[in-house]
Amino acid sequence: MAPLSLQLVNLLAAVLLLIAFAMLSQRRVLSLIRLFAWQGAALAASTIVVAHSMSQPHLYVSAVMTIVLKVLFLPWFLHRLIDRLNVRWDVETLINIPATMLVGIGLAIFAFALATPISEMASTVTRSTLGIALASVLLSFLMMIVRRKAVPQVIGFLAMENGLFFAATSATYGMPLVVEMGVALDVLVGAFVFGIFFFHIRETFDSLDIRHMEKLKQD
Amino acid sequence: MIDAAAIAFQIVQSIFVAATAPLLLGWVNQCRCWLQNRSGPGVLQPYYVLGRLFHKEAVLAENASPLFWATPYILFGCMWLAGGIVPVLATDLPFAPAADIIALVGVFALARVFISLAALDIGTSFGGLGARREMLVGFLAEPAMLMTLFTAAFISGSTQLTTIVESLARREFAIYPSLAFAAVAFLMVLLAENARIPVDNPATHLELTMIHEAMILEYSARHLALIEWASAIKLYAYMTIGLALFVPWGIAQGGNWPALPFALAALALKLVVAGAGLALIETVSAKFRVFRAPEFLSTAFLLAVLGMLIHFLVGQ
Repeated sequence: MAPLSLQLVNLLAAVLLLIAFAMLSQRRVLSLIRLFAWQGAALAASTIVVAHSMSQPHLYVSAVMTIVLKVLFLPWFLHRLIDRLNVRWDVETLINIPATMLVGIGLAIFAFALATPISEMASTVTRSTLGIALASVLLSFLMMIVRRKAVPQVIGFLAMENGLFFAATSATYGMPLVVEMGVALDVLVGAFVFGIFFFHIRETFDSLDIRHMEKLKQD
Repeated sequence: MIDAAAIAFQIVQSIFVAATAPLLLGWVNQCRCWLQNRSGPGVLQPYYVLGRLFHKEAVLAENASPLFWATPYILFGCMWLAGGIVPVLATDLPFAPAADIIALVGVFALARVFISLAALDIGTSFGGLGARREMLVGFLAEPAMLMTLFTAAFISGSTQLTTIVESLARREFAIYPSLAFAAVAFLMVLLAENARIPVDNPATHLELTMIHEAMILEYSARHLALIEWASAIKLYAYMTIGLALFVPWGIAQGGNWPALPFALAALALKLVVAGAGLALIETVSAKFRVFRAPEFLSTAFLLAVLGMLIHFLVGQ
């Protein structure tokens, strides 16, 4: 039987995937943000467990970065943003939610099948969770595709980054610290840029529905 | 090998299940009353109701076919059989090889088919409505239930419920993410299958959204008593399946009489907690619209499938 730390990582990986599905099925922007924060917390917890059990001290730094950035700052920032934009409405999806979930199951199976040969090559003990990481990346992709409004799409983008971090932790015990900090900074700047962008979209179209952006010129 | 002790165990368990099922129902209702700040009728109320119904004279509709009056007996037989297969007090029951988990789901499905046919038999609009809704819930709940049971079956390498419980109860402690998913999915199926609150309200005969009660409106006296009793045993069977799969500790082996009092105490404790938990869930959640039920059950199916996939991926 695997040691307790590995079991914990597996459990947290499962929680991560569960939250990815929950976000996919979520109808409200506020709950979406709360789920995003919880996903960050699960990611940080699994990073700490890996850091502790594999004695990889640099992973502590990335865990702290995750907590500060994704559990505290970004949810707060998004809350502020939707307050300012006044967008607490229900999220609209392009296809209905049960169908989205079925597509999600298909994606998860695809990701698991894809990751199995890759994880054979990795040398870490947590390699079996690579499939879950890949699945949560793909599910966040799916969320960006099926959502019509800009805010949920950005949350999907940020959640995708969670999945990537988890993939890095499970496949190679994390990326080099410089890369991780660079990615974190990118996410931060990205969030700010998106924030400014939201206001511009709303000013131009009086709505955050990105369907309006299909029209190239105003007539 | 079937010996006398094991058969005696089987008989004890079957009688025990039938006798204590109304008690569990009474306990759940009592907890609900307490949570809603009411004093409640006492945990023995379902027995009084059954006793009263058995003493009344049965009334059948003029156009009722034999199917209509045979259904309560079939229903009760199915549920009692299910209660005999599930390892409630002991594993290694002589009845158990007769049916594995797939057959168990089949037994529940048989009961569902007969109650739905009986509801259509008289030809009232409420009966037809209830039967259609029951079938809608049933065909969505069944795959989720099977997937949940398969997850446990994969972990223990057998579809025999007693073998599954045996291997789960005697293993060393480990965290199974797949079992956690299966447990949540099973809870959702339990709520839907037993007509509990997010899907159906067991305490009403008046709502237009009722499912189970709409089907049994035409029954009276001993027929109704048997159906009510069968529903109580169904809830009991589902709860004990859940307990056996996800918290199997303390169950006795077949024919092991000294372990019986301990198994009984463990079961009573687990059922008290589970019943209070069920009442809590029913109190804090609101009933869905009927058309939200498919979404609820497809989520259960999704969770069960995820549990199984994670079992294959992570290998535990």
